[in-house]
Amino acid sequence: MTAPGAGAADGLSTEEAVAVRVRLPAQLRALAGTGAEVRLAVAPPLTQRRLLDALERAYPALGGTVRDRATGCRRPFIRYFVGEDDLSDASPDCHLPPAVGTAVEAFVVVGAMAGG
Amino acid sequence: MSRVRLLVGTRKGGFILTADGTRLDWTIAGPFFGGWEIYHMAGSPADPQRMWASQSNGWFGQVVQRSDDGGATWEAVGNDFRYEGGPGDHLWYDGSPRPFELTRIWHFEPSPGDPDLVWAGAQDAALFRSTDGGGSWSEMTGLRGHPSAAGWQPGAGGLCLHTVLLSEADPGRMLVAISAAGVFRSDDSGSTWRPSNRGLSSDGVLADPDADVGHCVHHLAAHPSRPDVVFMQKHWDVMRSDDGGSSWREVSGNLPSDFGFPIAVHAHEPETVYVVPIKSDSEHYPPEGKLRVYRSRTGGDEWEPLTTGLPQRDCYVNVLRDAMAVDQLEGCGVYFGTTGGQVYASADGGGTWAAVVSNLPAVLSVEAQTLP
Repeated sequence: MTAPGAGAADGLSTEEAVAVRVRLPAQLRALAGTGAEVRLAVAPPLTQRRLLDALERAYPALGGTVRDRATGCRRPFIRYFVGEDDLSDASPDCHLPPAVGTAVEAFVVVGAMAGG
Repeated sequence: MSRVRLLVGTRKGGFILTADGTRLDWTIAGPFFGGWEIYHMAGSPADPQRMWASQSNGWFGQVVQRSDDGGATWEAVGNDFRYEGGPGDHLWYDGSPRPFELTRIWHFEPSPGDPDLVWAGAQDAALFRSTDGGGSWSEMTGLRGHPSAAGWQPGAGGLCLHTVLLSEADPGRMLVAISAAGVFRSDDSGSTWRPSNRGLSSDGVLADPDADVGHCVHHLAAHPSRPDVVFMQKHWDVMRSDDGGSSWREVSGNLPSDFGFPIAVHAHEPETVYVVPIKSDSEHYPPEGKLRVYRSRTGGDEWEPLTTGLPQRDCYVNVLRDAMAVDQLEGCGVYFGTTGGQVYASADGGGTWAAVVSNLPAVLSVEAQTLP
């Protein structure tokens, strides 16, 4: 699968970027026109912010749906997981676990289980 | 033969209902954007194949969808709605200051003549404009720049700018309505605004019932040929202005209840007006369980019930503010959707009604396009 994303846009070759897997909730899959999981090329350092920047560049329709447009913060009913670790409240500039960078684990975007 | 296309926004997606000029047999397309709230769908009068849909929910925020082929395909376009100069504060329900926060777009108002120009009314209340078909949006800062803005308080549905009235005769003139701030008028294409609520009275709701600002205006309607004559369904009271909103007088007349949400004007008879009375502000369903559209042929004061084809017992649905529309065909089609998921149509100005569809999600909005 081709991994669209940030490498070239960041002035780095895609060879320098790492391929990551991102799982999306159903509503965002429909909005982006993707399957459950997308692959992205993210230029290092691999942080939550850079991963989400790459996601929004590759799928502009997702802009504002995971992070608030005005503040850049995670929307209140969104959580981020890697494996069983909840990274929702981690700093967006902290390095993500190495398993994300090796594509062993997906970065998982979850919508809160709520509603009618 | 001309055709009619209804754009129906619901709690769980959008639908497009199409019929020929007889308006007897309808094709139902959708749901579009299933599972999302579609507060409003609107088509461009200048290019009816171009339309916008306001797609939102509490998890993922606001998305704007645009179609350039009559709804066959859609593209997510600009959803970057920024309060210029920072959000500022309004008043919360308890009277405490609270920052303006973009929750959703309630209403699109496309330009009559320019398919790239469209206005968007937001919650929390602000007016945005796009000149590139919805790709990018700019706030009309003069509205929230009005000194009263810090004192605006939300109605039960939120602090929403839900109505935008443009004037073809005077392109610089605009009216907007905000729940619960009231009506504001601009005469310079939206640069500056002034309250336009003289004559409104909200006894028991406002400390000063006749205040300049703070009225819960539910909807406005005007006939394109007479921009000075504007009709209003207020929280309570049906009102009329003959001076473009500068002053208002009550025309509730013999209505069984003057509480309600939508109001619409006949396409060819500027003095013919439609409302759907609702029992009260705490009981949002028709009086006596009878779903009745009321029509005035005299510009208000004298109203007649229209009941043929509508349920006249055990009916406890509501009709929301943007959920009534008229077409431009001879005889004037009138349409409305209910919170029970029915869309009713009349091809004879309200004389007789039939359900076009009966089991949609709760209907939030109905717009009618008249197509060649």
